Amino acid sequence: MIRALILRELKRGLTGSAWLPMIFFLIVAAIVPFAVGPDAPVLARIGPGALWIAALTSALLPIERLIEPDRADGVLDQLSLVGTSEEGIAFAKIAGHWLAFGPLLFLALLPASALVGLDQHATARTALSLAIGTPALAALAVAVASLTAGLGRASSLAGVLLLPLAVPLVIFGSAATGSDSGSALKLEAAVALFILAGGPFVTGAAIRAART
Amino acid sequence: MSLVQGRGLALIRGGRLLFKGLDIDLARGEALLLTGPNGIGKSSLIRVISGLLRANAGTITRADAALADDNLALDRELSVKRALAFWGGPRLQEAMAVFGLDTLAPVPVRMLSTGQARRARLARVMASGAPLWLLDEPLNGLDADGRERLGRAIHDHRSAGGGVLAASHQPLGGDWRAMDMAR
Repeated sequence: MIRALILRELKRGLTGSAWLPMIFFLIVAAIVPFAVGPDAPVLARIGPGALWIAALTSALLPIERLIEPDRADGVLDQLSLVGTSEEGIAFAKIAGHWLAFGPLLFLALLPASALVGLDQHATARTALSLAIGTPALAALAVAVASLTAGLGRASSLAGVLLLPLAVPLVIFGSAATGSDSGSALKLEAAVALFILAGGPFVTGAAIRAART
Repeated sequence: MSLVQGRGLALIRGGRLLFKGLDIDLARGEALLLTGPNGIGKSSLIRVISGLLRANAGTITRADAALADDNLALDRELSVKRALAFWGGPRLQEAMAVFGLDTLAPVPVRMLSTGQARRARLARVMASGAPLWLLDEPLNGLDADGRERLGRAIHDHRSAGGGVLAASHQPLGGDWRAMDMAR
């Protein structure tokens, strides 16, 4: 059931609005040079951070369709009736969400890093830090989506909820793009692992709580 | 062997006591009809039995169950056949034939009429092959033909040793044991 669910999530992501997060990512990257001016050294310095902000916001973009439609339509109820645990559902949702937006984000990273004037070396470091960080972003998005499912104005509430949780990831993630020492990268990996491991349990508990 | 056994069930919803000290049993081949006015807790009892809602007191054991409630739980953009196939189940072909969905198999779920969607949700229950069917207002939106098909499906299910627990305001055909929740 888990595999069928991951496939379903991926298919829904790709047929629906999968290109939207990627296009959004590119738009933010394209706006940055206009906003800060065409000064190459400045752009190269803030570029990776800007790309991290772009990745964070594009992971948040589909948050309303991650959990709420399935809750409202009874899909979550039926899944637990056929014996899928809520944590299993959450794991499948996280994997499906990442598969639908992660790989496309890396595709968009090449033109985006050109837009903010990153050299080859900096692009590679940004790609590495995003590769570690985006699964955690997917877990955060699904967890927050489940916590706000069924509430009014869910998306604005989701932003408020997500912000404090995403801050450590963004701090270490963008720091890792600026140094070769690797210590920031290790801290980023630690934060990402923590979020990724906790995400399914938070989501599972939220799905159960939404039923009562 | 019994399909459902609940003892001393109590449920509080929204600060209101819906029922307490409720015992419920369903044996193989049996059909039980929950009756009572709106808001008495029929749907909530079905959700407690399905395990989606925890009772505040009491114990419940049940066999594998399939539930048809208000929610369709089928992907709107898929065809009827593929949407039903997502839920697996050993009796998919048979269920689609019994509920007259064969001709609708390639139609996207979002194009179904209300009654057709109701048939699809009943077909999902039958396709699951679960011995226990939990049906919340199964007749809503069904035409005469749909009612007859449901009646036949329930009859065959019971002959095969399955059990049905339904909540309905409209009389269901066949021989049902009624349980009035108002008493």
